[in-house]
Amino acid sequence: MSATLEGYNFAYLDEQTKRMIRRAVLKAVAIPGYQVPFGSREMPLPYGWGTGGIQVTASIIGADDVLKVIDQGADDTTNAVSIRRFFRRTAGVATTTRTEEATLIQTRHRIPETPLREGQILVYQVPIPEPLRWLEPRETETRKMHAFADYGIMHVKLYEDIARFGRIATGYNYPVMVNGRYIMSPSPIPKFDNPKMDRNPALQLFGAGREKRIYAVPPYTRVESLDFEDHPFEIERWERACALCGSTESFLDEVVMDDRGGRMFVCSDTDYCESHRPDRSEQEAAE
Amino acid sequence: MSVPSLATGFDDPVQDGQRVFRAVLDAMSRPGRIVPLPRLPEIPAGLHASSAAVALALLDLETPVWLDEAASPAAKWLRFHCGSPLTAAAGDAAFALIADGTRLPDLDLFPIGTPDYPERGTTLLIQVAALAKGRGHRLRGPGIEHETFLDAEGLDEALWRHMAQGRDRFPLGHDVMLLSPDALACLPRSIILED
Repeated sequence: MSATLEGYNFAYLDEQTKRMIRRAVLKAVAIPGYQVPFGSREMPLPYGWGTGGIQVTASIIGADDVLKVIDQGADDTTNAVSIRRFFRRTAGVATTTRTEEATLIQTRHRIPETPLREGQILVYQVPIPEPLRWLEPRETETRKMHAFADYGIMHVKLYEDIARFGRIATGYNYPVMVNGRYIMSPSPIPKFDNPKMDRNPALQLFGAGREKRIYAVPPYTRVESLDFEDHPFEIERWERACALCGSTESFLDEVVMDDRGGRMFVCSDTDYCESHRPDRSEQEAAE
Repeated sequence: MSVPSLATGFDDPVQDGQRVFRAVLDAMSRPGRIVPLPRLPEIPAGLHASSAAVALALLDLETPVWLDEAASPAAKWLRFHCGSPLTAAAGDAAFALIADGTRLPDLDLFPIGTPDYPERGTTLLIQVAALAKGRGHRLRGPGIEHETFLDAEGLDEALWRHMAQGRDRFPLGHDVMLLSPDALACLPRSIILED
């Protein structure tokens, strides 16, 4: 563990800000799927880099937490590395890349493949928390739609997809209904991850820094992806397996290998991929 | 003339505040679960150690607090440590601290939020003599895998009726923290309660 930075409070935020965020988190948990406004603070990184998720993490993290941070499933990309380092330096907490070892996981745009367990907390970074925003730009109107559960506009959008493309064309940020009451943006995770949100034993918290909203899905809460009886919700499937670990279960990224059309499909979740690869020592013995 | 003494707050406001909040978060996200709270060095008059710890962790200058008569000896302590404005008008309360769970005030006087801003409903901190799981009232809803049972000693039965009726008000309503001397259990407004 590296030495913590001097001159900053534990986990960077001041105590009054943490209390304000903590109160918003508790209300978010009590009203699953509802977006609670909060006084988002200026953070030492730009909007779009996870300022909402970082503020939520900073307000709940404790000295004995073990933190994992992923960006599009990977532990080793810029955003994940810098956020992990931020909390190592400001809170002195232990960090890990292993999903099973983490008590707190901050994520940008994926849910780990390894099933989460009770007691873990998953914090999502959210760019646009309002699922109705692209359909209705006025906050006053979307707020009323949520208040009266008037969600016809969203079903019309999905229906228009079917009329135009023959299927619901939304591949990520696929809207969900939480606890049968609020339509919620799951953040830009692929729809492949949507079923993992349903009745998950872990607590799921969502932070949007620029839009100043916090929302939550408590453990074991119903999360249904919107669909129609004759066009049921489906997740994407690949015809190939991961080129590194051979998994046919996980979400695959397509990687361009050369300028002659070479392609490689690999797991987006680096921790899952590494733990599913054939044992290295066996490989070396075979060589 | 002696200087009236005031009970101290957290030994370590940063770490203790975080630990208490995580206990509250655990309880709120798993309704009915009885979560122990860290001990306080000194307990202010009128309050349980548990409710004093929750007050220190969650209340500040932004949260108007309503006190019942039994909690009023703690008014000075709350003003000093939390800096919260105390309000006599239930309609202004972000939090209500009800130290005597056997004598509940009229809960309908506290805000339940508005359809546009349901989070403005009051959080009720209610002190009880003891909490017991596995018997009593059957709870279902978000945060509970199948069902769980919770009972409280020293609590007016009206509270259970109030929360059972909450199902018709949802997403408006009150979020309740039941505080025994050393632990808490939560009943968020999303709870489904039937007897």
